[in-house]
Amino acid sequence: MHVVRHVALNVFKESVRDRVLYSLVAFAVLLIGGSYLIGELTAGQDIKIIKDFGLATIATFGLLIAVFIGMGLVWKEVERRSIYNLLTKPVRRHEFIIGKFAGLALTLFINVAAMTVVFYAVLAYLDTLFPENVRAIWPAPAVDPGMLRAVALIFVELLVVTAIALFFSTFSSPFFAAVLTFGLWVSGHFNADLRNFEAVVDSPAAAYLARGLYYVLPNFAAFDIKTQVVYALPVPVSYLVTTAAYGVVYVALLLTGAVVIFARRDFK
Amino acid sequence: MKWPGLLLILVLGAGVVGLQAVYERQGGPLAATEENLLYVRSPEAIQRLALSYSALLADLYWIRAVQHYGGTRLSKDPAARYDRLYPLLDLTTSLDPRFRLAYLLGSIFLAEPPPGGPGRTDLAIALLEKGLRAEPQQWEYAQAIGFVHYWWEKDYEDAAAWFLRAADIPGAAEWLRPLAATTLAQGGSRASSRLLWQQILSTAENGWYRNEAQRRLRQLDAMDQLDRLRAAVDAYRKARGSPPGDWPDLRAAGYLRGTPVDPTGAPYRLAGGIVSLDPASSLNPLPTEPVRVR
Repeated sequence: MHVVRHVALNVFKESVRDRVLYSLVAFAVLLIGGSYLIGELTAGQDIKIIKDFGLATIATFGLLIAVFIGMGLVWKEVERRSIYNLLTKPVRRHEFIIGKFAGLALTLFINVAAMTVVFYAVLAYLDTLFPENVRAIWPAPAVDPGMLRAVALIFVELLVVTAIALFFSTFSSPFFAAVLTFGLWVSGHFNADLRNFEAVVDSPAAAYLARGLYYVLPNFAAFDIKTQVVYALPVPVSYLVTTAAYGVVYVALLLTGAVVIFARRDFK
Repeated sequence: MKWPGLLLILVLGAGVVGLQAVYERQGGPLAATEENLLYVRSPEAIQRLALSYSALLADLYWIRAVQHYGGTRLSKDPAARYDRLYPLLDLTTSLDPRFRLAYLLGSIFLAEPPPGGPGRTDLAIALLEKGLRAEPQQWEYAQAIGFVHYWWEKDYEDAAAWFLRAADIPGAAEWLRPLAATTLAQGGSRASSRLLWQQILSTAENGWYRNEAQRRLRQLDAMDQLDRLRAAVDAYRKARGSPPGDWPDLRAAGYLRGTPVDPTGAPYRLAGGIVSLDPASSLNPLPTEPVRVR
């Protein structure tokens, strides 16, 4: 556990040195600038649009951080040959992989948390600009704690993306790791189509294959409850728990796969 | 190497800005590319392509719809058309079927007759019916359909039927039933029009909607004032045998105390015995006088 923590903190420090946290400044500028522009461009529903914009930006910045750092996590150590040095120390390979994942998860957590604080601060400011009668007809208050549920699921989704990037990073170059991760992320949003594939194809084999893929591929659409929280629609606790558990189990599966592949790699 | 590099950046930067200025001076985009294309017209396709960004894309399409409507309305080009308004609103509401304002304001944009809008009451009603299918508990959509029948189509029976349908939806405003009754009894009287716009004003969710309701109420006030002024002109004509030349004639005869102004402060015009709004008044054009039902 001590080794995992050590590796994780190193990944976090390296991410900070890579100026990943500068993305937060970009996020704040984008959100504040976007809020002003949206107010000028649209007729009404500014708060709804800012909420959509803020949640989508948190998800996108997190996705970019997860993929672009995750894709090189292992590869970089091999390329720099620092892995030889590392493995001579009392660091077991699974500790190395889990530590790398935990470090990136910590970086993502800090990023998402900071972006959420900026997001709520912008909403709190905008809230003061609207009269009481306008606020009364909003489906949810501007500073709605209910949106944290969407942020939490975005974070779990980012953990799955990180685990995918790390998994591919154990055996492929950063470029392919990034392409494969993005590919899985996109296909993970089309899961519903795979489930209903038999409605559009005649071949039972193809339909079974699609149904199989539906269960195996990560279902990223399940993590998206942004619309529900913006409109204050009910999101059952059981849904949140099940989806979060699905994400955690998927992460565990990918990390296990990454550990198995990494353990078999020959660094002599 | 540091200074030559910086100098090169400055020179190239100035070149980029200069060439952009040349592009702008030449008239901007070429005529064939100026048309603001809709690359995806199919709501089903855009829903799939949106991945987890459907709400954000809906916002972007809504902003495009507002810009398209406003830009066409303000355009001095006689060939400007609102031909992308409905497709944009359709995409917006397909991506986010709960986008309340896109239905309510979008229907107003669509129903407004030229040159202020495309005058497509059929599409305005289709958009609101789509909203009702998505959220049957939104009585405002049914009320808005009634409004389109009332204000633009002058079909008071259908209007009253939709006001009643809205009133039947749980949580609907209490004034809908009296409004339906007034609409049926009095048709398009100014009193019922005023009642309708006052209700819209009191429940308006945004500045544009509120301003529009205020403008319509002022138009109704102006129509009342014009009736009174025309009555004064007729009385003058009957008494003197010829119409007044200008407002001072009416003032001198005791029919008026000052120069009459419309609710925006613009003076009314009197020429050849005909009273009208000042052409510069923001209340132009006044709505056509409603026809009473049967």
